[in-house]
Parts: sequence; C-alpha cells; structure tokens
Amino acid sequence: MADVCYDEATCIYAGADRPAVDALNLDIKDGEFVVLVGPSGSGKSTALRMLAGLEEIDAGSIRIGGRDMVGVPSRDRDIAMVFQNYALYPNKTVAENMGFSLKMHGVSKEERQRRVREAARLLDLEPLLGRKPKHLSGGQRQRVAMGRAIVREPQVFCMDEPLSNLDAKLRVQTRTQIAALQRRLGVTTVYVTHDQVEAMTMGDRVAVLRDGRLQQFATPGELYDRPVNLFVAGFIGSPAMNQLNVDVDAGALRVGETVVPLSAAQATAVAGLSRVTLGVRPEHLSVGGGELKLQVDLVEELGSDSYVYGHLVAEPDTSLVARAGRGRFRMGETVGIGFDPGQLHLFHPDSGERLGP
Amino acid sequence: MAATDTLAAPPRAATRPTPAIRRRRRPGIGNVVWGVVAWLVGILFFFPVLWMVLSSFKTEAAAYTNVPQFVFSPTLAEYRHVFSSGVGSYFLNSAIATVVSVVAVLLLGTPAAFALSLRPIKKTSDALFFFLSTKMLPIVAAIIPLFVAAEAVHMLDNVWTLVILYTAMNLPIAVWMMRSFLLEVPSELLEAAEMDGARLWRSLREVILPVVSPGLAATALICAIFAWNEFFFAVNITAARAATVPVFLVGFISSQGLYWAQLAAAATIATLPVVLAGWVAQRQLVRGLSFGAIK
Repeated sequence: MADVCYDEATCIYAGADRPAVDALNLDIKDGEFVVLVGPSGSGKSTALRMLAGLEEIDAGSIRIGGRDMVGVPSRDRDIAMVFQNYALYPNKTVAENMGFSLKMHGVSKEERQRRVREAARLLDLEPLLGRKPKHLSGGQRQRVAMGRAIVREPQVFCMDEPLSNLDAKLRVQTRTQIAALQRRLGVTTVYVTHDQVEAMTMGDRVAVLRDGRLQQFATPGELYDRPVNLFVAGFIGSPAMNQLNVDVDAGALRVGETVVPLSAAQATAVAGLSRVTLGVRPEHLSVGGGELKLQVDLVEELGSDSYVYGHLVAEPDTSLVARAGRGRFRMGETVGIGFDPGQLHLFHPDSGERLGP
Repeated sequence: MAATDTLAAPPRAATRPTPAIRRRRRPGIGNVVWGVVAWLVGILFFFPVLWMVLSSFKTEAAAYTNVPQFVFSPTLAEYRHVFSSGVGSYFLNSAIATVVSVVAVLLLGTPAAFALSLRPIKKTSDALFFFLSTKMLPIVAAIIPLFVAAEAVHMLDNVWTLVILYTAMNLPIAVWMMRSFLLEVPSELLEAAEMDGARLWRSLREVILPVVSPGLAATALICAIFAWNEFFFAVNITAARAATVPVFLVGFISSQGLYWAQLAAAATIATLPVVLAGWVAQRQLVRGLSFGAIK
C-alpha cells in the first residue's frame, strides 16, 4: 500500500491540439479511495491509464510510494487494474484468470491456490472457479475482474468505469460492495467514472476533471456544498443546481421584481459587479410559499417526493427545478417559490468562478 | 389448467386471425422458389465432384458408356493402378511443400499481423497495401526471373524451392487474414496481461494466441489449400524429383491418354488431403472469436 502523487502530470496524444491531461496535481493518501469524475473527453481515463503505465507521462511525474513512475513499465508498478470490459482471459478458467499475475510473479502453485481461494471466498466466486468467462453472467465477470485485482495484493487499485456494463440495480449493489471491500482491504484506489452519483457515494475524495484540467479535488460533501465554479456546481448533484443570471443592486440580488438580501460576506464578494450567476440547489427552493412566481411546466413524481420544473413568470426564458413534497402541484399552475438566503451560491458571470464563502 | 384456459381465451378470440403470425408459420411462395434455386445451384456445383468420385469406382469401360451409368458394380481396380504408378513421391513432395510453407507463413505472418493491428504506426496502411500489391503481378510475369534465379543457385527441381515460393505466395494473404482476426482482440486483453506482469512474448503465447486460434486455423487452411493445389510454379520449376500432386495428375493425362476412371481415381486421391484438412479445421473455425472476453 502506498500514497500516489500526480505532480503536474501531463499527457499529450500525438496530433491533438491540447493535452488530454493538463498539469494534473493530486495528492492521494495511503489507503484512500479517490474518484476521478468528469464528462467524456475530460481526461479522467487518461489520467488513470498514466498511473497504470498504459499511457506516457509526457511532462511532470507520478509517484507511487514516493517512487517516480516515469519510464517504469506497467508490470513493474505493482498496480492492479479493473477494466471497463473486464478484459478477462477467455481461454482461462476463473481460477486461472485470478492466478495469472501470481504465476507471472513466480508465486508457488500452493500459495497461488490459497490466495485465489481466499479472494474467491471474499467475492462469493468459489463455485465458479472452474468456469470459463463465457459461462458467467455480467455481474459474475465483474466480480472475477475484481478478484483478479485483489488476489495480487497490489499497492494501488486502478478501476476504469468497472460498473458501466452492469444493469442499474446490480450497479447500485456492486457499488456498495466495492466501496466496502476497499475499506476492508485498505488499498489505495483510483476509480474513474462519469456517473456523479457513483463518485459521491464511493469516494473519500472526488476529483472533478474537465478538458484535461482539474476543477476541484475535495470530499463529496464539500463538492456539493461549496463548488468552486459553475462547472462543478452543474456537474455534481442531480437534478443539477439551478443557475440564474441576476442583477446586483446595492448589496442585494434582484430576481425579477423580487429582492434577495445577501449576507455581509456575500455582499463583499459581489462588490463591483452589476450581474452575477446565482446558483440554488433544487432542495433549497421552497415551493408554495415565496414572492417569486413559478409557472409549472412539468412535475416528476419519484414516490418519496417530486421535482417541479418550470420557469419564472417574470422571466419566461429561465428554467428552474425545485424539490417538493409529493402530489401537491400540477402542470400549468403558478406557484410561489422562495430562496433560503443561507443556501445561495454566487458565481462570476464571465469566468464562472465561485464568489464569496 | 381449466382456469388458465378460460383466462387466456378472451384475448385470443378478440385478436384471432392475425395474418402476420400466419405468414411466419407457413413459408411463402418466394421462400420456396429460393429454396429450390439454392438446391439447384448446390447440386450444380457438387455434381462434378460427385461424378468424379463415382467414376473413380467404375471400370474403364463403365466410365465410358454413352448413357452415363449411375448403377454399377464398384471396383477399386483403378485406385490400385494409381497407387502402383508411384504417386507416393508426388504426395511426399506436396506434403513437404504444403506443411513447411504453411508453418513458415504462420511464423512469419502472425508477428507482422500483430504489429500491424495491435501496435499500428503511421505507415501501417502503406505496409498493408505493399503486401497486397505483391499479389497483383501475374505469376506468369514472374516465372522467367524465378526460373533463372532458381537455375543460378542450382535449385531447379528442388522441393525447397517450392517451399520458399509457396511461403512468399501465401504470406500477404496470411498477414491480411491474421490482421483482421487480431483486430477483433480487445486491446485491454494485452494491457491486462501486461499489468499482470507478463512480458510481450508471454502475453502473446498465453493470452492472444488462444483467442485467435480459430483465425490461425482458418489462415492455415486457406494457405494449405493454395499450396496443395498450386500448379504453375510446380510444373515450371520441377521435373522428376520435386514434382507435386497436381503435376502428377496432368502427367496422367498426357502419358496414358484419356483414361477417365483412372484419372478420376487419381483426382479423388489428390482431393482427399484438402477435404480432410478442412474437416479437421472446421471445429476450430466455427468457434466464436472472442467468446466472453468482453461483454
């Protein structure tokens, strides 16, 4: 087990006009579960593959346990990887798949069998040890791929969207299993996903990437409560945070005809600006009581509660979503909504950077 | 049981005569016509082979009857004739030329195909086109330089000359075929093997080759058929010592006149190895390529 450090790590694909990963800095502690998340093309998979030794580190460095990995081939990095398509060896049985790396490292047959059985017990794979991958279900293949990684007891686990080939229910179930297994084994893990729910539920810390650049590296709670820019604010959370461009008027915000007061710190942060982007999470909009008038366009009933989608009567080209109790609102009706001033996020209208606390 | 029936009955009655289902049950007239055409074409193609095999079991007189005989008393006399005329050495030459050239083609072509598929570079497509372009020159145009060259190194009428020529002849086909099979292999398999600590040679042997073994079998079969049936090189640069089975067959015609039954027997014997090779390779050929490696 070891810590992992990305130090200005950069990867440039031949012929590309910008780096796939651009001067990435991440300090991952020993035993930590870090999730790299971002939309497609954000460089998250490339960043992981650089750690695994499957992509070149063109500038900067990546250190595992303090050892520089530039120029070190994958097989000498003591890393195990779980691939999106599992990449199980089709001609080998489950046991042979799991034991292959031990065999490559010259581990004796008895020791190999012992460790494979141990990992198989951990993952409920014991009855399947003699089967070939083609005779396994998707979930079982996923577990074999996990087993192949853990049987090696490596310094670092790399996981590249390991759940994306599973159906929704199995994904949720496996998600918790992987997180629990990682806590139990205590192996430093870097996990790539495009699913922000996976990122939020599994990671000790989450790194949000966009266009090869790190946006924010923080705990799930901090990402949610204090996104550093509009991209993170919009990416984390479902449904996404509401964003409204509003006028600043004497230390307060003017939304349509309504004035939203700001705290002293917020007022200082917006000083000198005439407009800001206001961000509000759907659950921080109170529906039913408030000065702003919302025309309801759509109501999504989720069972436990509902989401009300609509636009401000005063500004028809806005689009807002608010969480409400179930069954209270109908399409087409006009309802009042209110802000909780303590739960507002303010962003610079041009750069999108967070303003104030 | 009764309960299920009553439950199922009303909807069935309501939506009863659905033409779509009926059509699916009974093959349409179009399908029947195509079926007949397919059988006719199949029989048309197979008939000469069948006739060859039938004739090989006839006596020379029976093979010549003007109204062809389908019912006759079979005899092995013509096979005995063929075997006593020294077909063995021709078979041996053909076997050496075929087996050695196929092994050489696979040993040379698979690494090339691997490099061109899993580790492509900028000039990969140029290299592939170059391989193919060597097949564009008519063999007739190459035979004189080949003959002169073989004569200069004293390798005329030598089975190893055929081995070299057949290897060169089949190499482009093998590279193209193996490349298309290797392209089907997910690159993650190789990456997984590397992360597991395997060096390239080990990954190739233990991970990649087992996955592409059906492709190897198909490539070997095609190359073996081409080498076994090759006539032009064999007839031009071999004489008594290194001649192969196709040359032997032709010799049969010219030296003995037209003996149909005997020729049919010889041709049947010449065909058998290819049919056998196809039959053996079939099991490998029908296996799926990436069986469960990826979703």
